[in-house]
Amino acid sequence: MVSFVAGAYILSALLFILALAGLSKHETARRGNAFGMAGMGLALVATLLLVLDYLTDDLVVDKTPVVVGLVIILVAGTVGASIGIRLARGVEMTGMPELIAMMHSFVGLAAVLVGYNTFIEVAAAHSEVGLGSDAVHNAEVFLGVFIGAVTFTGSVVANLKLSARMKSAPLVLPGRHLLNLAILVVSAVLMVWFMLSDGWVGMAPLAVMTVLALVLGFHLVAAIGGGDMPVVVSMLNSYSGWAAAAAGFMLGNDLLIVTGALVGSSGAILSYIMCRAMNRSFVSVIAGGFGSDGAVSGEARDYGEHREIQADDVADLLAHASSVVITPGYGMAVAQAQYPVAEMTKKLRERGVDVRFGIHPVAGRLPGHMNVLLAEAKVPYDIVLEMDEINDDFPDTDVVLVIGANDTVNPAALEEPGSPIAGMPVLEVWNAREVIVFKRSMATGYAGVQNPLFFKDNTQMLFGDAKDKVNEIVAALSADELARR
Amino acid sequence: MRIGIPRESRPGETLVAATAKTASQLAALGYDVVVEQGAGEAADQPDVAFTSAGVKVVPADEVWSSDVVVKVNAPTDDEVGRLRRGATVISLMAPARSPELVERLAAAGVTALAMDAVPRISRAQSMDVLSSMANVAGYRGVIEAAHEFGRLFTGQVTAAGKVPPARVFVVGAGVAGLAAIGAAGSLGAIVRAFDVRPEVAEQVESMGAEFVTVDMEQEVSSDGYAKEMTAEQEAATAAMYDEEARAADIVITTALIPGRPAPLLVTAETVAAMRPGSVVVDMAAANGGNVAATVKDEKVVTANGVTVLGYTDLAGRLAAQTSQLYGTNVVNLLKLLTPAKDGVLTLDMDDVVQRGITVTRDGATMWPPPPVQVSAAPAEATQVLPVEKEPSAPPDPRRRLYAAGLAAVVFLALATLAPPSFLPSLTVFVLAVVIGFYVIGNVHHALHTPLMSVTNAISGIIVVGAILQAPIDNVAVQVIAGVAILLASINVFGGFLVTRRMLNMFQKG
Repeated sequence: MVSFVAGAYILSALLFILALAGLSKHETARRGNAFGMAGMGLALVATLLLVLDYLTDDLVVDKTPVVVGLVIILVAGTVGASIGIRLARGVEMTGMPELIAMMHSFVGLAAVLVGYNTFIEVAAAHSEVGLGSDAVHNAEVFLGVFIGAVTFTGSVVANLKLSARMKSAPLVLPGRHLLNLAILVVSAVLMVWFMLSDGWVGMAPLAVMTVLALVLGFHLVAAIGGGDMPVVVSMLNSYSGWAAAAAGFMLGNDLLIVTGALVGSSGAILSYIMCRAMNRSFVSVIAGGFGSDGAVSGEARDYGEHREIQADDVADLLAHASSVVITPGYGMAVAQAQYPVAEMTKKLRERGVDVRFGIHPVAGRLPGHMNVLLAEAKVPYDIVLEMDEINDDFPDTDVVLVIGANDTVNPAALEEPGSPIAGMPVLEVWNAREVIVFKRSMATGYAGVQNPLFFKDNTQMLFGDAKDKVNEIVAALSADELARR
Repeated sequence: MRIGIPRESRPGETLVAATAKTASQLAALGYDVVVEQGAGEAADQPDVAFTSAGVKVVPADEVWSSDVVVKVNAPTDDEVGRLRRGATVISLMAPARSPELVERLAAAGVTALAMDAVPRISRAQSMDVLSSMANVAGYRGVIEAAHEFGRLFTGQVTAAGKVPPARVFVVGAGVAGLAAIGAAGSLGAIVRAFDVRPEVAEQVESMGAEFVTVDMEQEVSSDGYAKEMTAEQEAATAAMYDEEARAADIVITTALIPGRPAPLLVTAETVAAMRPGSVVVDMAAANGGNVAATVKDEKVVTANGVTVLGYTDLAGRLAAQTSQLYGTNVVNLLKLLTPAKDGVLTLDMDDVVQRGITVTRDGATMWPPPPVQVSAAPAEATQVLPVEKEPSAPPDPRRRLYAAGLAAVVFLALATLAPPSFLPSLTVFVLAVVIGFYVIGNVHHALHTPLMSVTNAISGIIVVGAILQAPIDNVAVQVIAGVAILLASINVFGGFLVTRRMLNMFQKG
C-alpha cells in the first residue's frame, strides 16, 4: 500500500508540473487546470486509502482514533470544499486580489497548524516512551512554522489592504528595518534552542517564535503601499509555497516538497517580473515605505497648462481613428469601467477601427489582473498585449486612451533622471498622435510623482468618473451609428 | 448680443467666417447670429443652409450694425467705418505688420480681436486659426505641386518599366510643413525636410520624412516660432538648401518669421540648377517668399522649365473645409469669451489668450501684448541634474566564481553534517525548484492571475499532511488537523474552480 501511495504521489507531482506548463498558453490553459485537478484528486484518494489502510492494519490496536480521524477528514473536508466552492463562484473579478491573498493566508495557517501537530506528536512520543528528538527534524518544524506564520499574517494584512478594510498607505514605524532584523535574529537564536531541546521544553521557543513571526508578517506587509501590492501578493504566493515545502520536509513527504517548490519558485518569478517592471529591487519593495519618504520630486515645477476635452469629441476622434490603443490601470477596476470599455471596444471594432489594449505588468493589484478583468468583460484576449509587445507601435497609433493609469504612462520615468520612478519601463503613449487621459482630477499617482504626460501638446484630459465618461462615449458612438443609417 | 457674419469683401475670397454648423454652435452660446446674404456661397454654404439651421440671413447693413462682427480678412477702411462705436470685431489682422489698421480701429472706438494673434500654447490650440489654415494650405500645396508635376509621386514597377518615386524637400516643419510632409508621403513620394529648430526633428520623422541636418550650433526656440539665424549659420544652411533643392523634384517652402518678411532660402541660381519639370511651391509668398523666383499669387515657369507657384490662397482653394475650421476656431474662442453661455461677450485681461488677441479695446490700443513664454522645448534652467550614480565596478567574473565556489563548499559541509535521511528530500526539493523556474518562466503574462490561483490550489496539497495527522491518537492533534484540513480544502476547491471560471472567460476575438 505504501508503495502504491508513493507511486500515486509521483504521478500527482507530474500532473502538477503539467498543470503549470499548460498555463504558458491560452490554448492549453484549461487543459492545464484539468491536469492540476486530476493530480490533486489522485493525491487525495491515495492519502485516504492510506488512512483507510490503518483500519485493516494489525499493528494498529485501537481503531477508534482512526475512525474519529476519518470523520474529521470527511467533515472538515466537506465544509472546506463547500466554502471554497462558494468563494470561487461568488467572487467578483475585481475582488480576485483579495481572494488570492486570503488563500495564501490559509496555506500559511495550515502550515503553522501542521507544524504544531508534528511537534506535539514528537513531544508526546518523547514524554511517553522517551524517544529523543532529532535536531534536523526540529529545524524543519521550526522553519515550517516560521514561514507559515509570516505568510499567514502577511496575507491577512494584504487581504485587508486590498479590500480597503485597512488603509493602503504604508505604515512607517521608526526603526522599522531594525525591528525586522531584530525579529530575525531572535528567531534564529530561538531556533538553536529549539533544535537542541527535547520534549515539551521546545514549546517555549516555538510559541515565542510564532508570535514574533506573526508580528513580522503583519509589519512587513503593513509597511508596503497599495501600488506595490502586485509584488507583495506574488511574494506571499512564493512564501506559501515554501511553507508547504517546509511542511513536506518535516513530514518526509516528497509530494509536498515538490509542490511547495513549484509554487515557491512560481511566486518568486512573478515577484521578479513585477520588480523589474517597476525598476525596483526586491529588497527595496520588501523594505516598504515607497511613496511616503517625501519622494515627491523637488520644487513645484511649472509643467504648463493642460487641455480638456469632452466625451462627445473623444467619440468623434475615436470614430475617425484607424488605430486606437487603450492602456488601463487600476483606476479602471476601481471605477468598474471595464464593461463600458469592452462595449466601446466592440463598437469601434465593428467600425473597422483597430483597437488594442496595452497592459503594464504592474497595472492592477495582481499580476495579470487587468487581463482577467478585460476577459470577464469579454474583450478578446488576442487584442490585449503586454507593454513590450505594444511599445513600438505607439508612433503609428492615432489615439491612446489612458483609463485609470498614471505612473505606468509617466514620461518622467524615461526623461527625468531625478524622478523617483526614473528608469521604470513605461508605456510610451505620448508617441501616439493623440492621447486622451481619463482622470478624476489632476492629483498625482501612487508614487506621488507629477505626470508631465498631462501637459504634453498632444494630450487632452477627460475629467470625471471613468465609467460615466466611457458610457457617454458609447452613447455618442451609438447615436452616430443611428444617424448614419 | 448679436453676432454678424458679413460677406468677405476681398476680391476672389472664397472663405466665410461661419458655416451653418458653426453659426448654430454660436447661437447655442446664447448669441443672436445673423449672416449676410450670399456670404457663404463660395464655400458651399448657400443662404438656405443657414436658414435651415435656424440662422437668419439679412442684408449687409444689419450685419455691420451687430454688437460683434466676425470675419476672415482684416476689415477694410470702409468696413471699419461701418462698425458701430463700442462694437467688437474679430478677424485675421496681422496687427504687427499693419500699424495703420490698429490706429484706425482704435480711432473707431471698437474692440478688435485678432484671430491670428492667438498665443501658441496648448490650451489655445483649438482656436489657433493659423494652425488650422496652415494645415489645409500645406496639404493643398502638395496637391498643386502634383498638378503641375509631370510625373507620378509614387514609385512603381510596371510592365512598361520602372517609375522612381518623386523626391520632395520641405523647408520649415511648422503646421503647414508637417501637413505637406504627410500629404506628399501619402502620395508615395520620398520626403526630406528641414527646420532651423532641431527639436522638431522627431515630429518630422513621425510623419515619415527624413530630417535633414546641418552641422552647426542651433538655437532652441522658446516661443514656438522659428528665429532668424546668424551669418555663419546662414552660410552653412544655404549650402544645404542648394544641395537638397537640386536633388529634389518638388520643393515646398513654408519658412516664416512672425512680424518680419520671409527669409530668402532658395536663390535664383539654385532654381536655375534644378531639373526641368521640377516644381517649387512657395507658401511664404504672401510675406515676400522664400524663393527668389516667386511672384505673389502667380505661377511662374523659369527658363530651365522649373514651375514656381506663389499662390497665397491655398487654404481658400479648399473653401468649405477651411471655412468650417475657421468657424470652429471662432466658436472655441467665443466659448472662452462667453464663460456663462449667456450671449454676453466678456474680456478677461488677466488671461494670456484673451490679452494676446486683444488689439484694441473700446478705442484704446492694446497692441503689442506682453510676451508669453511658452515652449515645446524643455526649460533648461529647471531641469534636474541627473543623479550621479556610483560607477559600480563591472562585476569581476572571478569574484562570482569564488562566491559560487564558497557557497558550494558551505553547502557540502552542511550536507555532510546532515543526517543521510535528509538528503533525498533535499534532492527532490532542489530539482523541483529548478523545474518550477523553467516551467513558470514560460507562462504567458496574461495568465499570471490564473497561475496564481492554480498555485493557490495546488499549495493546498498541504491537506495531505493534515489528513495523515488526523488519525493520530491525540485529541489536540486531531482538532488541529481538522482545522488545517478545512483551511486547505478551501484552497484546493476554491483555487481550481476560480481558475476554471477565469480561464473560461478568456475568449479569442
